[in-house]
Amino acid sequence: MTDNPLLSVDGLTVAFSSPDGPPVAAVQELSFSLNAGETLCIVGESGCGKSLTALSLMRLLPRPHGMIGAGRIMLEGRDIATASEADMRMLRGRAISMIFQEPMTSLNPVLTIGSQISEMVKVHEGLDETACRQRALDMLKLVRIPEPERRMDDYPHQLSGGMRQRVMIAMALVCDPKILLADEPTTALDVTIEAQILELIQDLKQRTGTAVILITHDFGVVAEMADRVLVMYAGRQIEQGTALELFDAPTHPYTQALMAAMPRFNAEGAQTRLKEIAGIVPALHERGQGCCFAPRCEKATRHCFDSMPPLRLMAGEHSVACWHAGSPQERHP
Amino acid sequence: MLAYVIKRILSTLPVLGVVAIVVFLLLRLSPGDPAAIIAGDNASANDILQIREQLGLDRPYLEQFFGWIGQLITGDFGYSIYLKRPVLQLIGERVEPTLALSLSTMAFAIVLAVPLGVLAAWRAGTWIDQTIMAFAVMAFSVPVFLIGYGLVIQFSLTLNWLPVQGFVSIHKSVGDFIRHLVLPTMTLGLVYTALLARITRATMLEILNEDYIRTARAKGLTESRVLVLHALKNASVPIITTIGTGLALLIGGVVVTESVFAIPGIGRLTIEAVLQRDYPVIQGVILVIASVYVVVNLLIDLSYSLFDPRIRF
Amino acid sequence: MTQSLQQGLSHSGLSATRAGLRRLWRRYPLSLIGGFVLISLTVLSVLAPWLAPFDPFEMNVVDRLREPGEEYFFGTDAYGRDLFSRTLYGGRISLLIGLSVAGLSTLIGLLIGILAGYSRSADAVLMRIMDGLMAIPGILLAIALMSLARPGIGVVVVAITIPEIPRVVRLVRAVVLSVREQVYIQAAIATGTRLPRLMLKHILPNTLAPLIVQATYIAASAVLIESYLSFLGVGTPPEVPSWGNIIAEGRLYVQIAPWNIVCPSVFLALMVLSINMLGDGLRDMLDPRLQTRVR
Repeated sequence: MTDNPLLSVDGLTVAFSSPDGPPVAAVQELSFSLNAGETLCIVGESGCGKSLTALSLMRLLPRPHGMIGAGRIMLEGRDIATASEADMRMLRGRAISMIFQEPMTSLNPVLTIGSQISEMVKVHEGLDETACRQRALDMLKLVRIPEPERRMDDYPHQLSGGMRQRVMIAMALVCDPKILLADEPTTALDVTIEAQILELIQDLKQRTGTAVILITHDFGVVAEMADRVLVMYAGRQIEQGTALELFDAPTHPYTQALMAAMPRFNAEGAQTRLKEIAGIVPALHERGQGCCFAPRCEKATRHCFDSMPPLRLMAGEHSVACWHAGSPQERHP
Repeated sequence: MLAYVIKRILSTLPVLGVVAIVVFLLLRLSPGDPAAIIAGDNASANDILQIREQLGLDRPYLEQFFGWIGQLITGDFGYSIYLKRPVLQLIGERVEPTLALSLSTMAFAIVLAVPLGVLAAWRAGTWIDQTIMAFAVMAFSVPVFLIGYGLVIQFSLTLNWLPVQGFVSIHKSVGDFIRHLVLPTMTLGLVYTALLARITRATMLEILNEDYIRTARAKGLTESRVLVLHALKNASVPIITTIGTGLALLIGGVVVTESVFAIPGIGRLTIEAVLQRDYPVIQGVILVIASVYVVVNLLIDLSYSLFDPRIRF
Repeated sequence: MTQSLQQGLSHSGLSATRAGLRRLWRRYPLSLIGGFVLISLTVLSVLAPWLAPFDPFEMNVVDRLREPGEEYFFGTDAYGRDLFSRTLYGGRISLLIGLSVAGLSTLIGLLIGILAGYSRSADAVLMRIMDGLMAIPGILLAIALMSLARPGIGVVVVAITIPEIPRVVRLVRAVVLSVREQVYIQAAIATGTRLPRLMLKHILPNTLAPLIVQATYIAASAVLIESYLSFLGVGTPPEVPSWGNIIAEGRLYVQIAPWNIVCPSVFLALMVLSINMLGDGLRDMLDPRLQTRVR
């Protein structure tokens, strides 16, 4: 671990303005850092603020209501939270790239694959037409699209979902970004395709040295990809640490439940454990003053409902926000 | 592709057939004796008889209809009762002003409406959007003659910049041709602009919510590139469709505008024909205009694949 | 929105109604203004016989082409008739025509549309006819129809109604077709629900909202087209003081007495604008898709 991380997020709060009242916070006091070449997985159920976190790193929160309420997002000494729109345009695609959950709708249907990829090179590096095209073609080869020359002039609707996600990855990486943000990149795909895409991301990461922030709800994916893990619930980080620490000693009941829901790790218990996180992530206006997970938590006590547990460092880089996490010295078996 | 084109061309035939039937029935369904209506109030019985024979009104309907269709196909649209000249020739003489006004209006409206619609959608909900949309409802509601006379009073009578009315052929003087077209174009253009701006805004609003627009922004593109290259290109099919169907509205407006500015076009011809009960001319005008409408919309339909690669025939 | 409207209406207390109105005002200010202007114009027109300071037909050669002033609010026309009185009376004609055309075209369009949406064989024929009618610009068709009979308000109504029908038919047919695909309708058909009952219970309620919006737009366009027809000299009989006729007579004096055109035109524009604004508001209120977007 170096002293200067590539990206460090400090106290990030994402809020939505509402027509009848004060802004509502959807993500609260999120802090994490990412080193060059690392893979960070942000884990949680849908509605817990993972995607909003990713979008705020790109400063692409839904307009006009979404906004960064507080906090700093430092990337190479620059604060994304307060950067000008012009500076953001330079960063997007060149310093941070993003791929999305829905490959079917994330590519522009009326532009060719080739032009959508080479556009990136043209805008960010100002190369001429042939050079841009060549870079796009090389990138298509790199993401292992069969017959890349022919595919350059195809339109998105002529490609399968998996192929489209490969194109998205090619587009995201063509300008050698420092960070690749992948928001549930395989959720919409078949299981076999999922494995291929994850393998591709892993492979490209090793080749290019890009750091990856992978957003997922699936601990199976985390196990395969992560160097570091951040677990989110209802807009807050509840557990964080290296992958080793987390898998070794999952501490927060929610993390434990998520891991239990992963058949590969707990094949027998999966069914019963799954039932334990019945219920859904509370909506924004339903979040009380206590621990947000308390209503669904089997260990919850009165204290949990009354006050919010702070994030406490357990050991190494492992920190947890739970009243029942025990003292830092205690380690679960 | 070719099969689709042929199929699409054939599909216009029933539409034109219905137009022909409507036009045919127009005269036959009128209460009273059509020949007497045509002849006018102080015609003799002999005049009426002559007209009836001349138009073949004494024969059975079906025979009349198919005889008439046969004539139309050979390009014979009949003779004007009042002017005793071929209808097509009369229309031909009046085409230039109408065509000039329609095309300039369309160009004016597209140039104005598309940027306004895009801007309104981009800044949806703000005062910019509200101003543009308020303008659009207004332009859509204010009668053409109020705009027309307002412009005339301001620019012709007060400032003396432009001619009050009339039309000069482009062959005579290009400068005068343009000067005479400015006010009519602005008058009619505002209505058409309102229509196009509304549809542009509505389409763009939907498209700006699409995932691929988020992708485009994530690529670090400028907003103008996102709006024009990525969004507007996707919006083009609904917009050009509206340009086509709005043609009916445009032509209706042309008739009124020609009257306001005393432009001797097809609109004036129609009004003159109605006032003189010159039915062959009315029929001819409707047939020609409906055919133009159908052909333009056919061409627009066939051009979709140029704008959207997903549409393949 | 409908919810807040219902709330506003169901509470009997005045304060609740006022709160509902305030919410309406915040969300749909334009349609409320539109509604207010339209009601004012309607009241002015309906009460014309009592409000008009002069007989709209009374000629007065001495006072011809008087400028707007204290005696004649809107001035006088070339025959010395009071333009304010004539404009008030003209509103009656426009309202009558707007309402009749909207009612008539929606009714006929509804019947044809349901028939087309329901019967596949009728659909092919009816829709070709509608396509044909739509290929003829509305004003042109109305002008042609006007040439068939001696001018009268009834003829004007019919001439404006016919070109409006295809739009209603298309709308109704589209709704019927989509409603038909719904599972519960399929079930109703399968269990032998009779057609009239099916119409009343399932199809009509679904068409109602878009139909009301469409009828509003038709009323606005009818008022406008009547004025165009009269302006062109092929509309309401010249002796009737409709707005179009007043303007048509005034156009001869546009240079020396522009108020002849401006005053009735402004009323005309206000009426069309207010109906359109009301229509836009209704459309937004009744469109559930738009509602979620607003929130």
